[in-house]
Amino acid sequence: MTAWVASRHFVPWRFDLWRFPGTRAVAVLALLYLYIPIVALIVLSFSAGDSSLARWSGFSLHWYADVLGNDDMLRAIRNSLVVAGFATVAGSSIATMAALATAGPRFRFQSAVEALIGLPLVIPDIVAGIATLLFFVMVGVPLGIVSIMLAHTVFAIPFAYLPIRARLNGLDPALAEAAADLYATPWRSFRRIVFPLIWPGIAAGAMLAFISSLGDVVISYFVSGPGATTLPVYVFSMVRMGVTPAVNAISTLLMLASIAVLTLSYLLGRRFQ
Amino acid sequence: MMALLRRAGLLAPAMLTVGILLILPLGLMAFVSTLERGPTGGVIWSQHTADAYMQFLFERDLMGRLVVNTDYLHIFGRSIGLAAITTVVTLLIGFPTALWMAFQPPQRRMLLLFIVTVPFWTNILVRNYAWILLLRNGGVVDWVLTKLGVTDQPIDVLYTPFATGIGLTYSFLPYMILPIYVSLEKLDRRLIEAAFDLGANRWHAFRRVILPLSMPGVVGGAILVFVPGLGAFISPELLGGAKSMMIGSLIQQQFGQSRNWPFGAALSFVLLLLVLIALSAHAARYRRGGIKR
Repeated sequence: MTAWVASRHFVPWRFDLWRFPGTRAVAVLALLYLYIPIVALIVLSFSAGDSSLARWSGFSLHWYADVLGNDDMLRAIRNSLVVAGFATVAGSSIATMAALATAGPRFRFQSAVEALIGLPLVIPDIVAGIATLLFFVMVGVPLGIVSIMLAHTVFAIPFAYLPIRARLNGLDPALAEAAADLYATPWRSFRRIVFPLIWPGIAAGAMLAFISSLGDVVISYFVSGPGATTLPVYVFSMVRMGVTPAVNAISTLLMLASIAVLTLSYLLGRRFQ
Repeated sequence: MMALLRRAGLLAPAMLTVGILLILPLGLMAFVSTLERGPTGGVIWSQHTADAYMQFLFERDLMGRLVVNTDYLHIFGRSIGLAAITTVVTLLIGFPTALWMAFQPPQRRMLLLFIVTVPFWTNILVRNYAWILLLRNGGVVDWVLTKLGVTDQPIDVLYTPFATGIGLTYSFLPYMILPIYVSLEKLDRRLIEAAFDLGANRWHAFRRVILPLSMPGVVGGAILVFVPGLGAFISPELLGGAKSMMIGSLIQQQFGQSRNWPFGAALSFVLLLLVLIALSAHAARYRRGGIKR
């Protein structure tokens, strides 16, 4: 940010040479491409029309009423929230501890440790889902809400780790040293000094972990049992059986939930920048 | 010593969780791929065979002879092809978009960044589902084209490889824009000014300064699109038809209808190897110093 402020007086923003012809048109089309499907889905979820036609036929909330009156769907929503809640709390706690360990002076296996923490991000979902399924079947973990929670926790760790680690990087090590000089125990120094300074990072990480758990389809699809599914898995099976307008309504709700959490994290981030 | 122990203690939960719930399962998957398939599904834990890998290329005909079967190879080829096309298309759309974003005033840049990030984090299932509404016959696109008088035939796009391509491009476009934007945004503006001062026109400045310096973002974005594109499951399942099956659905079938766990595990293992090869080629390029971060 400061680098930019320094260069502000030199860079002629309105100078013609800085505009690359055509990029603006492509960018506008790209943003339209990103948002048209989302807007279409939201609009159609309020349409009174029947499922066979994806077009507007009067405003109605009755597909939302359908969702709220569907016990299976409500159960799936509850499962999703329980799973995401657990994965967020467990994943962010584990990630915070790991970030505290890696933020200090570099140690011997640091790159290996960091690669291991980031591994869940690079393995294709489907491979991770299959491997976890085989493991649970072999070890004898019953497929259900517990197995989904365990699988999601692994994937919550890297999502939470990255923002926390970034926040710790900006922390002055002298602060923790001063606390130690004043005879604070490591725990006390964390609670009174480090935590108050890095909590925006932890909050951002927790939100990303929450969104990714709430959005996961593939891994949950493999490790969920017949008894308990999460909302995206439920929606996935509904969509494969055929489109019903209730899917529009529930999809809109799912999407708005992610957008709400994301906006919150964006505003939080801006406040603490 | 105490500090070392404390560090080990802080790292232990992360290492144990990832180790037990991811590394161990991946090892188990590799092991299962070498096992004999059970008569009613599942596996026989004590019998090893290379059948699962043989099945990838060969099948037994009615006489019990081994004959070459290229069906699975075709599916892998299609997956690699679709992932590559997706990478190229997202690059062609993503680069100009990132370039435009990076040269906006800072306040607007923050907002644009947020606008691009929202779809990135929005449920991937929901985003692909939305395309069903747009692309199906009688859907939004069909309706608009009919109203405009472009066509009065149903568009018949849904459940084709083309629809899968649209879904993949749509799903992964932000993965391309964001890394390119980051590399362009931190690019030292004075270098471009210097190019202009030295008489370069826009095209030269782009070709000789901007493009080379944004290569790390381009390569990063290409990896971020190609790797998940290869293992994509949602877009081909929802938008593609039976004729555009990709690796993900093939793997899933082995654990569903086909009940052939060793083959499914072998396919997953091959997919994992492809991904690791792509990633390590990327890492090796960085290490050689060909590209500086």
